[in-house]
Amino acid sequence: MSFYAFIGALEQGFVFGLMVLGVYLTFRILDFPDLTVDGSLPLGAAVSSVCIGAGMDPYLSLIPATLAGFCAGAVTGLLNTRLKILHLLSSILTMIALYSINIRIMGRPNFTLLGKATVLDPLAALGMPSWMAAPALFAAITILAAVTLIWFTRTELGQAMLATGDNPRMITALGVNTGNMIVLGVGLSNAMVALCGALVAQNQGSADVNMGVGTIVAGLASVIIGETLFGQRSISRMIMAAVFGSVAYRLAIAFALSLKVGSFSFSPSDLNLITALIVVAALIAPRLKSKVAA
Amino acid sequence: MLTLEGITKRFHKGSINEVLALDGVDLNIRQGDFITVIGSNGAGKSTTLNCVAGCFFPDKGTISLHGENITAWPEHKRARFIGRVFQDPLMGSAASLSIEENMALADRRGKSRGLSRGVKARDRDRFRELLSQIGLGLEDRLKDKVGLLSGGQRQSLTMIMATMVRPDILLLDEHTAALDPKTAGHVLELTDKIVESQKLTTLMVTHNMNHALTLGNRLIMMHQGRVILNIEGEEKSRFSVEDLLERFFSLKGEAFSSDKMLLV
Repeated sequence: MSFYAFIGALEQGFVFGLMVLGVYLTFRILDFPDLTVDGSLPLGAAVSSVCIGAGMDPYLSLIPATLAGFCAGAVTGLLNTRLKILHLLSSILTMIALYSINIRIMGRPNFTLLGKATVLDPLAALGMPSWMAAPALFAAITILAAVTLIWFTRTELGQAMLATGDNPRMITALGVNTGNMIVLGVGLSNAMVALCGALVAQNQGSADVNMGVGTIVAGLASVIIGETLFGQRSISRMIMAAVFGSVAYRLAIAFALSLKVGSFSFSPSDLNLITALIVVAALIAPRLKSKVAA
Repeated sequence: MLTLEGITKRFHKGSINEVLALDGVDLNIRQGDFITVIGSNGAGKSTTLNCVAGCFFPDKGTISLHGENITAWPEHKRARFIGRVFQDPLMGSAASLSIEENMALADRRGKSRGLSRGVKARDRDRFRELLSQIGLGLEDRLKDKVGLLSGGQRQSLTMIMATMVRPDILLLDEHTAALDPKTAGHVLELTDKIVESQKLTTLMVTHNMNHALTLGNRLIMMHQGRVILNIEGEEKSRFSVEDLLERFFSLKGEAFSSDKMLLV
């Protein structure tokens, strides 16, 4: 693996770490399998890009993008809790609807940011080389988000959310409306995913309606890899593990893509197969570990 | 204080499994009453408790608390007034959270939850003191995950959690049925202690006729969704298990049947 491939993997790992935090929140904390993320990632990208295209400051454009993601997640939560549609199906419905909505927002299936200002410009203006600017900025944002999420899980509201995922009957008996908790939690999750989408779009210079395909799989893979590598002793540890699981996942992908055996090498279209294999490996690793120990 | 009037509830309406779970239940619970509820299988004991708690809405009838009609209130809204301990010891606490986190959650029953710290340092001494009255050494294990505790420990913790914010009414749904006899006795003793010292209004379903007779000031017997016996005070204290069985037979013309009812 070349140095640039390594730096690229770090950059991807950190920026998608935001999305992984969102997936962690729904998948592990709320026990709510949420496929909305496949639609809310391009939603954030679309909103941010269109705002920048209209002349908005790239940092400021992150706010409407994040809010849009929150709304998308809240819709999934409302479909589930108010209309009593199965959680998985609710999220698929929102995801499908977002495909059309994202095209409406952009006016076409993709939106280029060529020549437009991005969040990386201020760092470049400070003289930071571009290969260093992106990973550094994304690492800072994602770790800040992770620390905020850890803080949130320790608040009264956050504790009620943890209990909603753990034992909904108990927390209802203690006066918490679990429906509201689910709407809030899935909303926050998708807010982080949309923020991730906005940063990815600015980094790669365009938003595309199809850029969210496979987001949930990458997210789950990262969460599981993180848990396997960094343990799951406490909530704060698991949240940090999700971020570093994301980095480990992107490094593993970069490594696999750089492999050359004779005349055979992987192509980017093999990514899904590689992801599936990595998740299988991460899932069986704990059992192998205990077998070796025994 | 809490009044049930003509509560009727059918489950699985319109299907071949339709059952009339509650058939016009009338019950008037006064401030300070400690009512034990017994009855054969499917009599509607737990259904009555769940109806008070708001787990479902009755088809007919009204529930009022302090004169206010709460029939349409959702479960989480009623929780402000109600403390609950379930039959399943795993049901009353969150396994992945620590003892102090669970207690802090219970400490905010019926209050708003914001962005201040869940477990506050100033609350820990009070938590320890509350736990020390169980006598299981939990006061030294505040940071332990609740999932590590035994069924009896969890049920005792739930008992504390249900009453740390004084409930207007305490609902105990066969809360010792899933425990071994010794632990059950311990939890029951704790129940009696807490109810006595706080003078709590309590509704306790039990499968043990002896407990039903020795605890509390009132006893109701249910059968097929109706209250068929309601005794209290002096009359209750004179009743024996044999009297209960005899009364059941004379009222219903059939023998009392329950696969888990303990007669001694």
